[in-house]
Amino acid sequence: MWETIIQITPHAIAFTIPLLIVSLGGLYSERSGVVNIGLEGFMVVGMFAGALTVSLLAPAMQGTAIWAGLLMATLAGAVFALLHAFACVTLNANQVISGTAINMVAGALTTYFARLITGSGNIVIPIAMPRHNLAYLADIPIIGEMLFSRAYASTLLALVILAVSAVLIYRTRFGLRLRACGENPHAADAAGINIYRMRYTAVIISGALASLGGAIFLVTIAGEYNGTAGGLGFLALAALIFGQWKPIGLLGATLFFGLASTIANVSRILPYLAHIPDIVLQTFPYVVTLLALVLFSRSSQAPKALGEPYDKGRR
Amino acid sequence: MKLRLSKTSAVSLGAIGLGLFAGALLMAVTGSNPLAGFWHLFRGGLMNIERFGNSLASSTTLIFTGLSVAFAFKTGLFNIGASGQMLMGGLLASAVGLYVPLARPLLLLAMFLAASVGGGAWGALPGWLKVKFNVHEVVSTIMMNWIAFWTVSYVVPRYLRDVFLETQSRRIPAAASLRTEWLTELFRGSYINLGLVLAIAAVAVVAFLLERTVLGYELKAVGHNKHAAQAAGIDINRRMVASMAIAGALAGLGGFVFYAGYSVNIQIGVLPAQGFDGIAVALLAASSPWGVWAAATFFGILHTGKGFMTAMTGIPPTIADAIIATIIYFAATGVLIENVWDRYSKRHEQRAARRRRVDLEQGVK
Amino acid sequence: MGVVVEMDNIRKEFPGVVACDNISLELRQGEIHAILGENGAGKSTLMSVLFGLYQPDSGSIRVRGREVHIANPNAANRLGIGMVHQHFKLVSCFTVTENIILGLEPTRGMFIDTKLAAEQIKQLSDRYGLKVDPHALIADISVGMQQRVEILKMLYRNADILIFDEPTAVLTPQEVHELTKIMANLTAEGKSIFLITHKLREIKAIAQRCTVIRRGQWVGTVAVADASEETLAAMMVGRAVSFGVKKAQTKPGEKVLEIENLHVRGRGGVARVKGISFSVKRGEILGLAGVDGNGQKELVETLVGLRRADEGRILINNKEAGGLSVRERIAAGLAFIPDDRHKYGLILDFSLEENMILKSYHKQRFATQGLLNFTAIRAYAQKVISDFDVRSGRGAGALARTLSGGNQQKAILGREIDADPDLLIAVQPTRGLDVGAIEYVHRRLVEQRDSGKAVLLVSLELDEIFALSDRIAVISNGELVGIVNTDETDENEIGLMMTGLRREAVR
Repeated sequence: MWETIIQITPHAIAFTIPLLIVSLGGLYSERSGVVNIGLEGFMVVGMFAGALTVSLLAPAMQGTAIWAGLLMATLAGAVFALLHAFACVTLNANQVISGTAINMVAGALTTYFARLITGSGNIVIPIAMPRHNLAYLADIPIIGEMLFSRAYASTLLALVILAVSAVLIYRTRFGLRLRACGENPHAADAAGINIYRMRYTAVIISGALASLGGAIFLVTIAGEYNGTAGGLGFLALAALIFGQWKPIGLLGATLFFGLASTIANVSRILPYLAHIPDIVLQTFPYVVTLLALVLFSRSSQAPKALGEPYDKGRR
Repeated sequence: MKLRLSKTSAVSLGAIGLGLFAGALLMAVTGSNPLAGFWHLFRGGLMNIERFGNSLASSTTLIFTGLSVAFAFKTGLFNIGASGQMLMGGLLASAVGLYVPLARPLLLLAMFLAASVGGGAWGALPGWLKVKFNVHEVVSTIMMNWIAFWTVSYVVPRYLRDVFLETQSRRIPAAASLRTEWLTELFRGSYINLGLVLAIAAVAVVAFLLERTVLGYELKAVGHNKHAAQAAGIDINRRMVASMAIAGALAGLGGFVFYAGYSVNIQIGVLPAQGFDGIAVALLAASSPWGVWAAATFFGILHTGKGFMTAMTGIPPTIADAIIATIIYFAATGVLIENVWDRYSKRHEQRAARRRRVDLEQGVK
Repeated sequence: MGVVVEMDNIRKEFPGVVACDNISLELRQGEIHAILGENGAGKSTLMSVLFGLYQPDSGSIRVRGREVHIANPNAANRLGIGMVHQHFKLVSCFTVTENIILGLEPTRGMFIDTKLAAEQIKQLSDRYGLKVDPHALIADISVGMQQRVEILKMLYRNADILIFDEPTAVLTPQEVHELTKIMANLTAEGKSIFLITHKLREIKAIAQRCTVIRRGQWVGTVAVADASEETLAAMMVGRAVSFGVKKAQTKPGEKVLEIENLHVRGRGGVARVKGISFSVKRGEILGLAGVDGNGQKELVETLVGLRRADEGRILINNKEAGGLSVRERIAAGLAFIPDDRHKYGLILDFSLEENMILKSYHKQRFATQGLLNFTAIRAYAQKVISDFDVRSGRGAGALARTLSGGNQQKAILGREIDADPDLLIAVQPTRGLDVGAIEYVHRRLVEQRDSGKAVLLVSLELDEIFALSDRIAVISNGELVGIVNTDETDENEIGLMMTGLRREAVR
């Protein structure tokens, strides 16, 4: 049993990391009061930008192309997020519908270009992110073995983003203002904070991170862009509720989803899971998510102004 | 006689215009001629009776999923799970079609009921989770989509599989198909089928339900202001579950007409895009049932024409999805169009007022 | 005394109305200057112009002798102008300190220096006698305390021209007294204050000068000491106002509503109603007085069936009603006029006629076999509309949203009264209405009492409670402090009881 846990943990972590970054992306947007149901779309944009960059640059740059891909994905996500911000912040549109539009636009647009480029609509990347034993960290007993041996560098990146986000949100000027915008924009406005600018910033960070998460998913697990992120963006959205809009909560929630999905994926090779019907295992992550939502939606700590467009005129 | 346009239809038409413009831009940027692209896109959907039949057949499913989303909207709920409800409706209808030996009318009736039950249950559960546990229906219906996806992947290869391909079900017998000879012949071999008749009937029924019945009044009351509805003694929890169940049943029927009408079997590994396109249809229709019919027909033409356009011009068929997605975006940001509309009509009114004043003054003289 | 603010010929139009019609006034150094007017008279708009929330269409503003253009609240802050809004602008899950420093955070390195800020706030608080704990969460402190946080926000920003928008609406008489002292402290330290209000007594107690505005127009500026309440009222309304409501003596009949030992929990499982018992009889108005947030909301929601009691009994006409649904209670004779008419009273996107049948659409006369009978509905709606003088631009088909507040309230009143209830629960029935509409609502409520109905009036306005009630029940912190006959008490006594003191202790 213990051995199995040690064995599957790296897989679970690999799955957790992109999910964590995407849900952190969601955190910025939602903490500012803008629902971001478009996380899935931003992931797709990130996967597309990443796959395109990596496959173009890999012949010349080898491994560095991976990092260039992640960078391009982040930038693409930030730019694409302007669409969502424009709709939700400037035009006070229904944020859920705008997010749905984002998802559909992302899928359709990137597939359109992918078809033009490759003919098939899929972009396979020639190289993937390598796994390393991370210096020093891998030598820590137990945790080192589970988290940092044969790990992706992106694991470290994600943990850094997590730590920075936690500090940013709770200890800095930006964080205090961000939270104020999501809790009571009228109070923030009265205090001289530019709600529109804060929400634009938050949505842009959100898109950038979600796209980065998509690109990491691409270079560590998926290996190709094919027009979808397999519902991972929605799982990240659920993680946001499950983790109660707190950075550490998100870590716990995404780790949980990572484990659930990994168990479903590796069940065939685990003798004591082999007799469980496929359908139970395959739907396991989604059923578990529903159950988690059942448990956590009642006492919701959602930002109070989440989903409400800010209308300066209504005081 | 002046043609008067309401604000909502102005928003819808504006969104279509902007969506088509975005499509044109996309074609131009990628080096194609937009005019040729659109010419072939619409020709592909309309150029002969067979293709027009296919456009109508495409629209059939969209009418149901559009009605589904619109119906939930009326009660203030966002049903993003029409895809999953479609799958479950289609799965149950196909199972009945393959296994139940009944005469055709009875068999179709049984499939109709099975599809409603499958989709209805798939919609009712998120509704129940919402009222009971405050689970947001957007997230739960998405999860239900994936659960449906894997359920189909599990059931079809084991119980309904095709002789040659594991990834799809057997072809349903002619008795279980909504395709019918006279319609097929009338439209020169197109996919058009009895589903369209069902769909138009559904539009009428939903319109009647919402406008004339007590249930419709209650559902709209809950949708506009659930607090006031509750204070007036309406059981808002039951109405919300009912609304989601009906929405799910409508999407389930979309599965019925798609898998047993447009198609002849059900495939695994596909989350049907019609479920999401239903959102576009509902938005464009501003949730009005008759508007759903119109919007679905428009999208049906786009979907049928895109293959022809690709064959003639090399523009990828996903342009149609890009146009639809852009239309959703602009329908969501309807304020933009509304503002233009308001500014225009205000100027118009001022001009009219000035004219009246001038008339009056001249009259005095 | 120098003049710190001069507003000269300020004009502000909104589509269809002139909110401020060339108004001029000045604020002197160290004075409290009241702005008096009815709801919608334009006093808030005028002050919003000074605070930079609106731009005037014409006119000029001089602050300390210099002509200024105030583009937004930030610009106002830079000029030393601060405002305490009627609805506090506080983030409830933040601490006092976080709320005060928001937008002006002191930092050390990259991080906010909360410790330093808390010390500064403590000092400020002590200097003006505000007694605020910088580390408390907003959600945990009283409304009066929250108001002081708002005052601290202005002081932290070094404001010396302070605008208070209806500051006493949410306070007990004793808290009002405290606020008066605080405002006196502030002016003693050289601050100058604009006080927006429609309460005459307050002006007499606090202000030195008073400017009256009616329908966007300047009526006059008077020294408060020289003007009686009656004069001010006449200036405000434009005609002589009778303060009392004419009410004949009636003999209360049998009990219609009776509650025994009612316990209710609010959000988060906190006990909000703690063992309340009282009854309302036919032919009487029982006024429930109390400061906002002391359990009235939960009590009312439990009575109408939107919330379940944890313990205790509710009897309507001697029948157990605690387990009944909202609709069953309506059938048992309960009518409800909610305080938030937009949220609970009307469906704004429904037409007036659809709103008129909101509680009765399922009855035989409007619906047969699941289908609505539109002819009957329209006829009924038109009858109620004319009986209750509801004015709408487009008759029964107009959307409720398009009606004025007064007409919306008349529509609700019509719907509820026309149902011929035994018990009428009215919560803040005149909130936000102008004097004419207030008088109308009051008259209708008394009429109900005279025709033998039982009326439970829940109000935060003591004037209203005294004008209408036969008996007054006082609620504080979820407990019933006592019930007294209106003609055997006065506002001072009720005010003290609202703080939780028993009547015996008050006397």
